This record gives sequence, C-alpha cells and structure tokens, in this order.
Amino acid sequence: MSVESLEKVLQSHPFFADLDPGLLETLVGCASNLVFKAGEFLAREGNPADRFFLVREGRVAVEIFRAVGGPLTVETVGGGEVLGWSWLFPPYKWHFDARAVTGVRALAFDAACLRRKLDADKAVGYEVVRRFASVAVQRLESTQLQLVDMYVESR
Amino acid sequence: MKQAANTAARRVLALEAMDALVAALAARGYRVLGPTLRDGVVVYDEIDSAARLPAGWTDEQGPGRYRLRRGPDGALFSCRPGAASWKRFLHPPEVTLCRVRRQGRSFTVEPVSSPAKPLALVGARPCELAAIAIQDRVLTEGPFTDPGYAARRRDLFVVAAECTEAGATCFCASLGTGPRASSGFDVALTEAGRNGGRVLLARAGSERGRAVLEALPSRAATAEEVAVAEAALDRATREQDAVPGTEARDTLAGRYADGRWEAIAQRCLGCASCTLVCPTCFCTTVEDTCSLDGAEAVRTRRWDSCFTPEFSHVHGGSVRASLAGRWRHWFLHKFVTWPEQFGTPGCVGCGRCVTWCPAGIDIREELRALSAGAPQGGVA
Amino acid sequence: MSKAGETRGLRVLPVMEARRETADTVTFELDPAPDTFPFAPGQFNMVYAFGLGEVPLSISGDPGDPRRLRHTVRGVGDVTRALASVRRGDAVGVRGPFGQAWPVEAAAGHDVLIVAGGIGLAPLRPAVCHVLAHRAQYGHVALLYGARTPADLLYARELQAWRGRFDLDVEVTVDRATAQWQGAVGVVTRLVPRVSFEPARTSAFVCGPEVMMRFAARELQRRGVPDDQVFLSAERNMKCGVGLCGHCQIGPLFACRDGPVIRYRTLAPLLAIREA
Repeated sequence: MSVESLEKVLQSHPFFADLDPGLLETLVGCASNLVFKAGEFLAREGNPADRFFLVREGRVAVEIFRAVGGPLTVETVGGGEVLGWSWLFPPYKWHFDARAVTGVRALAFDAACLRRKLDADKAVGYEVVRRFASVAVQRLESTQLQLVDMYVESR
Repeated sequence: MKQAANTAARRVLALEAMDALVAALAARGYRVLGPTLRDGVVVYDEIDSAARLPAGWTDEQGPGRYRLRRGPDGALFSCRPGAASWKRFLHPPEVTLCRVRRQGRSFTVEPVSSPAKPLALVGARPCELAAIAIQDRVLTEGPFTDPGYAARRRDLFVVAAECTEAGATCFCASLGTGPRASSGFDVALTEAGRNGGRVLLARAGSERGRAVLEALPSRAATAEEVAVAEAALDRATREQDAVPGTEARDTLAGRYADGRWEAIAQRCLGCASCTLVCPTCFCTTVEDTCSLDGAEAVRTRRWDSCFTPEFSHVHGGSVRASLAGRWRHWFLHKFVTWPEQFGTPGCVGCGRCVTWCPAGIDIREELRALSAGAPQGGVA
Repeated sequence: MSKAGETRGLRVLPVMEARRETADTVTFELDPAPDTFPFAPGQFNMVYAFGLGEVPLSISGDPGDPRRLRHTVRGVGDVTRALASVRRGDAVGVRGPFGQAWPVEAAAGHDVLIVAGGIGLAPLRPAVCHVLAHRAQYGHVALLYGARTPADLLYARELQAWRGRFDLDVEVTVDRATAQWQGAVGVVTRLVPRVSFEPARTSAFVCGPEVMMRFAARELQRRGVPDDQVFLSAERNMKCGVGLCGHCQIGPLFACRDGPVIRYRTLAPLLAIREA
C-alpha cells in the first residue's frame, strides 16, 4: 500500500480522528497494512510486543489460554478499534493471545519505530498516549461492568 | 578384530541343540518363552520345545501391513517381531496391586504378590534387548522402583537372536540398537547361510550363558561361517531406511509449533495401537473395583496410553485435549524428552508402530520430515 | 534408597476431625500414630478412598507438627467428594509424602512473598507455618491471597490470626464482591504493589490456578524478582505419584518427582507451549 493510501486509512480510522495532519505524517512511517486469515494469531502471550494494531475490518479475539479448557475469549476487538498496548511499557511483551476470528485487515505499527518518534516529539507522544489512555479507560470500565454480571439477580 | 574374537567364542549348534536348549532352561526352573505362531501372527508364548518356533516362516511388513508367508528354507528366526513384545511378560498389562478389605469403618490392605517362575526368553531381537534395557532404566533406576519388574528382571535368562534380514519397517541401525546384539543377553544366536547351508551360530554373553551353552551339542564355528554371518548382519544394516539419530534432538525440540502435528492428526485414529505394541512404552493407570457388598476392593494396575483423551485429565478437562497435541507428546517423548528424563532415546527402531498403525503413519517419515528443513506454520 | 512404588507403603490412617472450609472444600486431619508423618512444605500424598481410588492431595498441615496429617480437599469428582465427606472415625489410605518442596530453607535471609489463589492456599499453608516458626531467618514476609468470592476464602479464622501479627503482611482480595464484602476487590496480582519487598532478595512461592500463577509470576518478574527465585506448584493427573506411570508429565518434567514445586525459570517455557 502506498504511503498516501496508508495516510488516508489512518485519517479515517476512529483512533486517529482529529489528529493534526502533520503529526499523522510522522506516524505513517511506522505503519504497514496487514491481512490475517481466520485462525491466525496477531499476538501470542509472552512474545515481544513489537507492534500494535489498528483493526480496519474483521474481528479479533483477545484470549487467555488455559491448560485445561483451552483458550478463553476475554473480549473481542473489531473494525475501528485498537489492539495492543503492551508495546508502551517494559518489558514490551504481549500479555494475551490475539487471534483472528474472521479474516482481518489491520494496520500494524512497528513499536520500536513508534517509541522513538514518541520520545523525539512530545506533541506526537502526548497525542498517541492520550488516545491509548482513553481506550484503556473505556476497556477497563467495560470489563468492570462485565464483572458485575448484570444479567444475574443480586447477591 | 572383532570378528576374530567372535570366531574364537562362536560355536555352531547341532540341529537338535535348540530342543536341548529349551529343555535345559526348563530343567533349571525357567518358564521358557519364545516366538510361536497363533492366528496368523507371531506371538510370544510359552514353548516346550523348539518345534514351537516358527520354523520356515517369514513376514512381510510395511506401514499398516503385516503378512506371514512361507520362507524359502526352514529358518527358525526368519520371523521378525510381531505386534507383541516381551513387555507383556516383564511389565504385564494387568497386575493386581492389593486387596483392600473393610473392617468396620476402617479397612486393611493386603499386598498381592504372585511368586512366579523365572522367565527365559528365547529369540529376543537386539532391538528388544535395547528396549528391555531402556525399561530397566525407567522402572528400576529412578528414585522409585517397580519391585515386580525388578524381580522379573533379576532372574531373566535371555537367548538373543540376531537379525540377518531386516524387516521393511525396521530402523534399529539408525538408532544403534541392532541388528547385532552387543549386551543384555546370556546366549546370542545368529542364524546365517540360507538355502541348505543354514547354520546356527551361538556365543555366550554371561557366565550362566556359558554354562548352558557348554552343555549343548555343538562344534567350533569356522572363520568362513562367521564371515557369512557377519556379512548377513552387514546387509541387514544396509537394507534399512536411514532415519536421523540422536543428533536430531535439538531440531525436534524446536518443533512444538509445527503445523505438521495437525496434519498427522488428520490421519491418526487415536487408537493407541502404537503405544500398545511399543516395547518401551511404560505408562500405566490404576483401576479400582469394589465388590457389590462393599466389603472388598481391588486395586489393579493396567497399561495406559497417552493417546487416550483422559490421560492428562485434571478437574475441568484434559491438558492434551487435541489428538495433534497427544500425537506430538508421544513422538517428542520418544525422541526429545525421554532422553532428557532417562539419558537414553525412547525408541529402539523396531518398527512395530509403523507396521501396526491402521492409518499407516510411519514414524520414520515423520522423523525425517520434522528434523529437516524449516518449521511449517503452526501453534505451539 | 529406592522406595518401592505403588502399593507398598499404603498406610491406613483414621480421620480425627473434618472441618468444612467452603461449600465444596473440607479440611480433614488424620492420625499417623504410633508413627509421625514428617513432610516438607509443598509435598503431597496419594490419598485413597476405599473402593473409589486415589488422588494427589497437597499436605496442608504444619510441618513442625508431624503428629497430625492434614489435607484440604475440594470435592469435584468421585474420589475427592468421598474424601470431602469423611467423618471422625472413618479411615483413608495414604502413600507419601512425595514431591519437591517449597525451598523454605534456601529462602533464609530473603524477603518471602507467598501468593495464593483459591485452593492454592492449601499447599502454601505449610510454607507459611514454617516461615512463621522460623521468623527470625527471614526478612519481610507477606501473604497475598485471592479467591473468586468471599465465600471461597479458606482458613478464614487463621487468616484473621495471621493478619493480627506485626511480622506478617496479609492482603486478601476477591474477584467478585458480595454486598457485605468490605475488603479489596480485584485479581490477586494487584496486591503485589501493596507490599514491600526487595525484589533481588525475594523468594516468591506461588500456587493457584495455572492462569493465576502465570500472571502472578509475570507480575513478580516485572517487579524485578529473578525468575529462579519464583516457585510455582504445578498440577497434573497423577496415578502413581512416584514417576512410574507417565501421566503427570509436563514436557520432560514429572510433576510428581520434579515438582510439584518447580522453579519459574524451568516451568515458564513449558507454560508457553499449549498442551505441553
């Protein structure tokens, strides 16, 4: 995919909505377009978290593998959403498995490349980390709501 | 060098010597076991004379294939091992461990010991000797021992029969377990020279083997007879398909994520035949039964197989829930983790698992494929 | 020397006491008299229920008092349900003790972090007892305990007694609160930042569901505890308990003989392989 089309995809992805075009240009250099077949892994627990994904299309299952019972999906991530924040914090290792449930098209951002840019340019750094923080907060709140077991009567 | 020494030690047994051998062992109080024909296959069972041996028979084996057919001469040891191994006598499929009797709200435990006659194996192949040595390591040389196995092993008399013809599924040569017998026997026989010139060479491997051999009708072997035998053993070595030996271990250890396991699992039926016929497989389980009135319970140890879905069952399910996972476990146990556990390979190259797999899965083919080239995509 | 495996050494011991811990978990105490039953913390027995079978059960008693033999069992199958219903005067069969223990002696001079999840507290209780009985040998000692709900907490009274000590930090959390619960809510790994320990000089003993141990070990690693100073307790199907039946293998390890307590450095690569 050409740099121009990559930029267009970035622009239209909700994660980067309203991002200054100048900053977008900085980020696009770390991006590449990837396609995954259903069943393929985007991430494996314990592997180096050397990238994160902006999912464009398809569904990815975030899984924890249990020795007994096999993989358990703890949430799914779909088009317009972001997958992976272990790349932000040492030791930069994936905490969960992520597996394509359907065919998936995603933008992958090289973590090392991006970390360098975030460190070099505080404006970009702030924008990216702020957006991740927002996503993390939303995911946390929805996970907490999952724990409430809303559909079961009160205990 | 080795041949000269062998010439000096080798005898040629007279025609009637095999009957005398069986009789001598029986007279010493052994229960004599040997290959014998039953239901179209070679099994190991009690023999009371050399007449029970499958003289004149040979076999054709291949992946998922076994046929007996008449051989070209009256050779005694032309039949290679069938499905059964000596394992069923040394590490029996079923052993009663104890009887437990209710006494009020408590109970008593009575160990069961069945004093049995010591065993004599006649016609044990070098690969089988290697398998016995491997099971010795597992069952008697660890922090805990199997006392029943240790007792059966202690008194065991072994008459080995070297293989002067390789079976189509044999790969002992690649694993260094045959076709020559190097240790673990009291007497070793080599039947060589076909079609009229057949002789049965014999040499002792222990003091008591020497004593038995000395009492048998025999003469010294000629250098030529020994040379013919050695040539046959060389040919039996060359005839075999080569597989990677222990040097492949590290490569195999890196293959947990290979996609080939899944491909094999598509063919595998999970029937566990491979583990049943394998002479080194040692896994067992314990079954508990109770009388209807609840007064007495029995604990029985039985052969088990890692191919069963319940083998790795803990509360909630099995760790190896997929057939691919179980096949991988069996294979990598034989070639990677067994050496780490016991310091020997877990496979002796007897080829039984190849012959007796109904799906014709050939462990040699899988060994070659998995220890060569780059890993195929898959999930570890 | 080599002990005989399997049925040799099966002792029939009377039940002195049985105490319900939670809805499905019971602690029972056996009397090994006239002998004692010495064991090391973390070891297990193969425990036999008449006519039904044997299961591996961690010894949950105080290794400093071998006159009583204590087990905590959760009734999930035929054998464990039978063991969970024993009463004083019943008898069970015991073979053991087997297995590698928590390295409490090697941890002398260290801070000790004990991280338990659910019934994982049972095999860790002997380690807690040992450390408390030799308190001066250790630095900071903390017990982190998480369970699914407040009703699933084991050893409630003892936990309170431990909480009252000044030389032991005890933090308890549940995954899901009930209306009455006033304590911490969250997974047990979140308790790690609450206690003080010197990572390089810490020995950590972790036991619970495998997922919990994986994440707890990773959290400790993240905090700088060397992975050869973190120990997990592995659970696998066991038929013999003595390394002869083949069932309990994890890669090349026999959980009964090379475990159940295994150094994280050794176990980590095996935990990463599915169906190992």
